[in-house]
Amino acid sequence: MELLQTIGIVFGDYTLRTVLLGALILGGVSGVLGALALLRRQSLLGDTISHAALPGIAMAFLLSGSKSSLVLLSGAALSGWLATLFMLQVVRTSRIKDDTALGLVLSVFFGFGLVLLTFIQKRPDAAQAGLDKFLFGQAATLMAEDVTIMAWLSALVFVLVVLFWKELKVYLFDSGFAESLGFPTRWLDILLLSLLVITIVIGLQTVGVVLMSAMVVAPAAAARQWTHRLERMVLLAGLFGMFAGVSGSLTSSLVPRLPTGPTIVVVATIMVLCSLLFAPARGILWNRFRLKRQQKSIQVHIALLTLLDLAEHHRDYRHQHSLEVVRAVLPRTTHLSRTLKELEERGWITVPRKGFVALTARGVEVARRFRENQEVAG
Amino acid sequence: MNVLQLEIQLVAVVVAVACALPGTFLVLRKMAMMSDAISHSILFGIVVAFFYTRDLSSPLLVLAATATGVLTAFMVELLLKSRRVGEDAAIGLVFPFLFSMGVILISRYAGNIHLDTDAVLLGEIAFTPFERLKLAGLDWGPRALYLMGGILLLNGLFMGLLYKELKLATFDPALAAALGFSPALVHYLLMGMVSLTAVGAFDAVGSILVIALMIGPPAAAYLLTDRLSHMILLSAGIGSLASIGGYWMAHGFNASIAGSMATIIGVVFLLVYLLAPQRGVWAMYRKRRQQQLETAVSLLLVHVFSHQHQLDAREECHVDHLYNHLKWDFRFTRRLIQHCRKEGLVSLRKNLLYLTPKGQAHIHRVVGLRDMGEGAAR
Repeated sequence: MELLQTIGIVFGDYTLRTVLLGALILGGVSGVLGALALLRRQSLLGDTISHAALPGIAMAFLLSGSKSSLVLLSGAALSGWLATLFMLQVVRTSRIKDDTALGLVLSVFFGFGLVLLTFIQKRPDAAQAGLDKFLFGQAATLMAEDVTIMAWLSALVFVLVVLFWKELKVYLFDSGFAESLGFPTRWLDILLLSLLVITIVIGLQTVGVVLMSAMVVAPAAAARQWTHRLERMVLLAGLFGMFAGVSGSLTSSLVPRLPTGPTIVVVATIMVLCSLLFAPARGILWNRFRLKRQQKSIQVHIALLTLLDLAEHHRDYRHQHSLEVVRAVLPRTTHLSRTLKELEERGWITVPRKGFVALTARGVEVARRFRENQEVAG
Repeated sequence: MNVLQLEIQLVAVVVAVACALPGTFLVLRKMAMMSDAISHSILFGIVVAFFYTRDLSSPLLVLAATATGVLTAFMVELLLKSRRVGEDAAIGLVFPFLFSMGVILISRYAGNIHLDTDAVLLGEIAFTPFERLKLAGLDWGPRALYLMGGILLLNGLFMGLLYKELKLATFDPALAAALGFSPALVHYLLMGMVSLTAVGAFDAVGSILVIALMIGPPAAAYLLTDRLSHMILLSAGIGSLASIGGYWMAHGFNASIAGSMATIIGVVFLLVYLLAPQRGVWAMYRKRRQQQLETAVSLLLVHVFSHQHQLDAREECHVDHLYNHLKWDFRFTRRLIQHCRKEGLVSLRKNLLYLTPKGQAHIHRVVGLRDMGEGAAR
């Protein structure tokens, strides 16, 4: 009953509905673009773009005096875009490496943004409160109009991704091949970058400059663990992003004084952690389990072969070996009793009396076949 | 210039030099973005320690925050070792998470105590002279000066003692490992140094501008020299100049000091990037133009050489047809011919080009075709 009431409150509340919708869009688009950036090994580009957006926001406000989202976001996109183009240019034409260029552009643009912010603070109409939300994100101040802009921008991003899907795919996996096919790789790079810029701009108001980078990385990194196919990965990343966005903002609305942006990031990070541990095929726990099972199977087979050798030594397959002897010939088998138990369960050995084991007829047969196979293979 | 201004600049220079030392190695080891990660995630350590000590200047806080920085490096390594995510994504996953936890802790529990996210992110160096170190009833100067001075001393000591090891581990990690220097130890020591420096400096310049100071000056220095020792000294010098310049820029415009420092660093880097004597964009452009010219001259001379006394000389060596045979732009060819005549490499008779002895010598020297005369005569 309480749950129903909570749900009722949540979806009856206008502000919350707006926030949830915003977080949904943001999560979806940043997941999709993040997946592309992750494969390009440029996950940190998001971090640089979002920091570099600050001077654009401040400049847009200084020049227009308007606090409308559209104006500020255009400024953000423009300066984020210029910053990244400059960064790529520096990497292309000098010996400065990716990481250095990213960090340099990030901090210098942000610093310049701070200088511009001090100018804004001095203006009589000091509407700085409106700009603060771009730094740390204030989902609660999202308005229906903002969400509409976000929706249009993300629709644009999605359409472009679908239109250039084939080109992007080839380019992501083998840029050299793409170039040899005559694809304009430099333009594809710029396209990917521009899409990333739009994505970042979409999220600035909700999660803020500092945390937007996480939204580009986390859903994509989580999705990567579940599949090897690009299509599925991109879709999954979008879904993960949406889930993180919605559940994060729901949690933050239900718990008092829990900021939205950081909560979304924490949820997304937990999703990554779970994916790293539990995803089939790539999950760490899954791999460990598989390794253990293989080890066990190898030990069982080694034990069986050794018992066969021992039996042949005695010229009697039914010979009953004492456990001490078995232990002595299998010094490397760590869980001997468990291995023997497994052998017994498979019906390959019997325990005629306590402390002794003997091969069964079936055990001899299996062991011989196994040895033959091994000899052929060897 | 009054004492206050002098003290601020002194702190700024000490911070700049302290940052430049580990920054040089970050840039060379392609780990510049670790400074971004560490300077963000120390927020978590600062907040946790602050809850215990309630004092932003307690040594415990410095210790805890430094530990968080090293923890960040450790978590990134752990993710990398799992081989499930790339380096960029690993960094992009860890620091937003720790930063988010920090922000959540602040807004959940900090309530009315004085600890803003802004304060940590942005800092205010103008306030540093107001916190004095008072010992035995005497005023010893700004506290920050001693804190950063101590960190600078530590950094200097660390570099001085481990210079050889750092150098080796940076330029040839495989050899360093083979010789028995643990790359992991060097890595974590460096990360500890970066963390400590970032923690010490966040108060003064804010965590984001620490990145500018750590990456900007070494990046510029990297374009100016090929020697490690020179690079370190240059970085320290550029950092100090930029911080003093930034202070006066802020003074002039009445703007954020830290932001101005980052802006100046950006301007200095841009100038170096464009104008550096050997690796600058302008120098490289000049070099490329020079090479193009030399190649074109050689091609022209060889062409004239192989046709000048042949039957087709009327056609092939004609000053107005040459562009056609060499498949060059008409104007370019004309300018090139003028250049060659001025240099005395070719002479013109009846609109036909002939090599001068100097031109002949030039071919032999540059192209190195000593037996070409015979080949052409046959």
